[in-house]
Amino acid sequence: MERIPILRMGHYLLVTIQVELYDRLALSLETDLVQMVNKTSAKGVLIDISAVAIVDSFMGRIIGNIASMSKILDAQTVVVGMQPAVAITLVELGLSLPNVFTALDVQKGMDLLASMIDVEQEDFDDYEDNNS
Amino acid sequence: MPFDISMILQKKKMQILEIWIKKQLESADLREDLFSNEDLRASCEELLEVLLSSLNEDNLTNPASADFDEVNEILAGISISQARQGFNPRETALFVFGLKESLIEILQEEIKDPQDLFTNCFKLNRLLDTFSITTFETFIKGREEVILRQTDEIAEISTPVIRVWDGILALPIIGTLDSARTQVVMENLLEEIVASGSSIAILDISGVPAVDSLVAQHLIKTVSATRLMGAECIISGIRPEIAQTVVHLGIDLSNIVTKATLASALKFAFQSMKLEVKRVQKDNRNIVS
Repeated sequence: MERIPILRMGHYLLVTIQVELYDRLALSLETDLVQMVNKTSAKGVLIDISAVAIVDSFMGRIIGNIASMSKILDAQTVVVGMQPAVAITLVELGLSLPNVFTALDVQKGMDLLASMIDVEQEDFDDYEDNNS
Repeated sequence: MPFDISMILQKKKMQILEIWIKKQLESADLREDLFSNEDLRASCEELLEVLLSSLNEDNLTNPASADFDEVNEILAGISISQARQGFNPRETALFVFGLKESLIEILQEEIKDPQDLFTNCFKLNRLLDTFSITTFETFIKGREEVILRQTDEIAEISTPVIRVWDGILALPIIGTLDSARTQVVMENLLEEIVASGSSIAILDISGVPAVDSLVAQHLIKTVSATRLMGAECIISGIRPEIAQTVVHLGIDLSNIVTKATLASALKFAFQSMKLEVKRVQKDNRNIVS
């Protein structure tokens, strides 16, 4: 089955959705991502949806769910690169995603995550040690 | 003895035309600035020609007859062009009524028997009244087209998105916000956010005459959509009366950054982008020392 790759980058997880997101794919992304957050104890999740042109209420809810679940697992979620049409659709559907942080592009999303998550220097050292 | 009035009128065509044009020239309302005498004569002649050639004894009592399609077409053309040129309804009406009067005047001269005269005048009246209605319908349609075009133009020119600073957009809204306009405003703003990579948008509503719950709903939608895109939206230019109405209507704007003036919104934007505006030291010695 097709899966959306979840990349680990330091304390963050990076998800770029490059394909059309149908319902089953979105559900499996939700499961995978939550397990990945748990496994890597990531502090932040960045979801790039700049290639997504069409959303429905289900997709909007999945994004909201991912953010809420990550929050429980102590990771902040930032959604970046939403298309104007997608934003308008979500607002018209009444899904303004109040729990989700947003940024214009990956660069700004990373800056936002970094400013939100006060990464302890020791943690970072631990991570370096573990990987070396 | 039945009169073939179409024959009579056909014979007297030139005379009718002269009377008709004279009547219009006599009228004090004639707009020579909009419509030259030559143009007037040309359009009168064309209409009369077509009308008389399509008129016969059978269709005289049947204004809906297909024989008059061409007449209606010419009338429509004339009244639409008059509407666009800014003629008033009276002038357009006089154009058709003048024709009626001229035709009846001729009939009066030609038909001596009062009974016949009345019957024929009555028929002719009815026919020309139908033409007047057509003229009016098209005249009003022409005017409505002008109004629609102007509405579109206003909607288009009144939603500019301005780059006030690197990463700061301003969108002054002038006029009432309805659903259609909000859609345009929202789309323009979001497109510009993507194009310029701006992280702050200022929505200035000092030009919005009144804010009711619907307008507030539209504003909240725009702000939410901007936030989803990853930019922050500030609403500025809120007048005291608007603040009063918003609170009286029980609209919750507490999740939105609101500022009284565009200046304070810009200041807030500078602060959140960690920018600072400084006065240049004019005294050169200060810099040296």
